[in-house]
Amino acid sequence: MILCEADFAIKGLASYQMFGQTFWLTSTHVSMIIVTVVLLIFAFAANRCMKRAKDVPTGFQNVVEIVVEMLGNMVKTNMKQPKKFMNYIGTLFLFILICNLSGLLGLRGPTADYGVTLCLGLITFCLIQYNGIKCQKAGHFKALFEPIPLFFPINLIGEIATPISLSLRLFANMLAGTIIMALWYGIIPIVVAKLAIPAFLHAYLDLFSGCIQTYVFCMLTMVYVDDKM
Amino acid sequence: MGISGQDLIYACSAIGAGLAMIAGIGPGVGQGIAAGHAASAVGRNPGAKGDITTTMLLGQAVAETTGLYGLVVAFILMFVKPF
Repeated sequence: MILCEADFAIKGLASYQMFGQTFWLTSTHVSMIIVTVVLLIFAFAANRCMKRAKDVPTGFQNVVEIVVEMLGNMVKTNMKQPKKFMNYIGTLFLFILICNLSGLLGLRGPTADYGVTLCLGLITFCLIQYNGIKCQKAGHFKALFEPIPLFFPINLIGEIATPISLSLRLFANMLAGTIIMALWYGIIPIVVAKLAIPAFLHAYLDLFSGCIQTYVFCMLTMVYVDDKM
Repeated sequence: MGISGQDLIYACSAIGAGLAMIAGIGPGVGQGIAAGHAASAVGRNPGAKGDITTTMLLGQAVAETTGLYGLVVAFILMFVKPF
């Protein structure tokens, strides 16, 4: 029998009391702070680089231009008012992408925690409702009673299911990746199994799956928001 | 050896987790159909290979969701132990 010590749970590092409740500082927070710091460093570096931008880009300027151009094209092909949502979609894309790829560095991915993905889903939900009310006024609520008023409960459930399905999709994909990696690293007696195969698993579960899910999350956000305009 | 009520609940939870993963059939069939149609589309119009691949991957990632719901239920039954 293969001895297996899978370790994929969220670990609490320190606890503190507030309002009579115990709160925990978990590994998710640490990973998220690291991701945020990386993104901040990238943002400052990009800002400094673009202030001294040259006509013929070299080195780091190339990278920044590729990223901005790719995000811009993605938003432009999918939305009616790309300029308004470029910032939000770009931020979301970079954050989720770095979170998903942080598994490669040995961190526990922040997106493998439902607290993180549910927040992202709820932000999107608020954006959808805000734009719906702003652009369609009363028509936004009237759409709930179409085609006949009897359909109101079904339409309401459909509205509420949007953020839940969005967040669960990202969460479950990343959690499955985290658990499979933890199970593989947990196979203790077989040293040979740890030599080359994790590279393939990381390439599929972290790189491929992570990039696809990032793209899907942003794509669906754009589609849902664009639907209401 | 006596089996307590809690042991029975854990055993049933494990069986339930296994049954929940039957949900994996659906996404498998759906992704296969998507890939098959994408292959025939590339055969008809090889120039649009990039667009077709992107659309196929997006559709497959969305189709995967129902299977992942089953996975979440299985994880909850196995590791969260709600009962």
